[in-house]
Amino acid sequence: MSVDFCGIELAHPVINGSGTFDAIAAHRAFGDELLERFPFAAFVSKTVTLEPRQGNPPPRLWEVPGGLINSIGLPNKGLRGYLEHDLPWLAGLPVPLIVNVMGFSRDEVAELVDAFAERAEVSALELNVSCPNVETGLVMGADPDETARLVDRVRSLTDKPLIVKLTPNATDVPAVARAAERAGADAVSLINTLKGMALDPRTGAPWLGGVTGGVSGAAVRAVALAQVHAVAQAVDIPIIGMGGVQAGRDALDLMRAGAALVAVGTESFRDPAVGLRVASELMELLAKTAV
Amino acid sequence: MTRTTAPFGRRRAAVTAREEHGAYVVIRCEDRTGPAPAPGQFYMLAAAERWGGGEGERPFLPRAFSVLRARAGELRFLIEDVGPGTKRLSELSAGERLAVVGPLGNGFAPPREDRKPILVGGGVGIAPLAIWQDELRAGGTESRVLLGFRDEWHAHGAALLVDPTVATDDGSVGHHGLVTELLEDELDGRADEIEVYACGPPPMLEAVRELCGRHQVPAQLALESGMACGFGACFGCVVPTVDGYVRLCVDGPVLEASRLESALAATIGAHPSQH
Repeated sequence: MSVDFCGIELAHPVINGSGTFDAIAAHRAFGDELLERFPFAAFVSKTVTLEPRQGNPPPRLWEVPGGLINSIGLPNKGLRGYLEHDLPWLAGLPVPLIVNVMGFSRDEVAELVDAFAERAEVSALELNVSCPNVETGLVMGADPDETARLVDRVRSLTDKPLIVKLTPNATDVPAVARAAERAGADAVSLINTLKGMALDPRTGAPWLGGVTGGVSGAAVRAVALAQVHAVAQAVDIPIIGMGGVQAGRDALDLMRAGAALVAVGTESFRDPAVGLRVASELMELLAKTAV
Repeated sequence: MTRTTAPFGRRRAAVTAREEHGAYVVIRCEDRTGPAPAPGQFYMLAAAERWGGGEGERPFLPRAFSVLRARAGELRFLIEDVGPGTKRLSELSAGERLAVVGPLGNGFAPPREDRKPILVGGGVGIAPLAIWQDELRAGGTESRVLLGFRDEWHAHGAALLVDPTVATDDGSVGHHGLVTELLEDELDGRADEIEVYACGPPPMLEAVRELCGRHQVPAQLALESGMACGFGACFGCVVPTVDGYVRLCVDGPVLEASRLESALAATIGAHPSQH
């Protein structure tokens, strides 16, 4: 069952959430079997920023019931490093490539979008307006007007599909989605992680180097379902639904709530190949269920 | 550094035996489809059934374990019950199943310039030294083995290696004091003949790093950090090195001591309650 997503043909509706799978590192660990059995119908790469980033000081992880809190801080090689080192390799993946970008100002995002606009290796761009790990990350995606101004600023720079990744840490997520749609976004993706925190049991001080982090995993699945459902009532553009997907059943729920595609994130940490299982379970369910 | 590529994805491995060694449990499992690991490599382990629902409604993520020993089609892991994940794993019995990803990461590299290997282990960190000693012996190289434990109950783990010299914090077995005091005696005057391989708690690794740095002895340290995935996806297990943060799962877990400014700072990422 192939799927058309904003004009991109995908073999099935299951992709990865940005920042939850590093195809280059996974190839080092698993070799060519990764490429022979690539677990996603499209690959969404980790957030690229203009300048290189080391990320947050460790510790960066804390396990919670049914999930984890991460405070990674968007480490990446920066635009130049990505174009030079990562993009040529990722272009060889057997699936379409979606590049996720984040800037600390509209001009920065524009520079990033512009840099990828003419790259044939890139099928679509995802705007990270929602990462809660970096101080300024909240600003744009938490407010409908800010989101609209951002999309408006970059829309004319590329013909590629623009996906806006919504933050769940906003007062009115459907309003942000609507603003993105009106400004010309081709799709929205949600949910990003929910802001969370853990204390060091010995000292009572924040455990994570970044103080707060993002909660993901099965623990957030019900929140994701509610937000996808609410956003689906508000917009007509396609939705990439994600949050706590562990099985085809969870993916089907998100599609029934209004998602066109489903992304797997934290569950890949537990089983690197879980995208394959989720996709095949989903296909089986879709074959006998009307969404 | 040596690396064996893992099969892609998680596979089931039947537990064939559970052995107690004082404070530690050795879990043996069948792994017919996996390749032989390189010494120092690790696996992500979870119980295939009843993973979750323990203390604090956890565990959720798999746990990283250096392989203790590998025979044809069989893997062994050394487990100390310190948190909800290690508790569940240490209670596994024959007939239950593990969910396994691995082998992962970079293992130990052979000694340079025909140097003589000294293996220094502390607590549950003795695990990767057992398989490394096996491989060195198979290649005709005998290694000196120095192991440190808290007390007699933990020192039962020493039986997992061949001819170890033991130190205990309370003096109940062997040398009364730190394993690094034993190492210092070995290094005196022989620095250019020795290469050190170490795995253990952060203060021990830091003492080894400092000592080897001072004596200009090359040392390979197998580090530990809080880890969600084991294959470079989560970026959670970074440790600071002279080259910036590196992911321990894909650039380690074995690192040259000379790449670290401190082994203490490199291993703060795992709280016991998260194990």
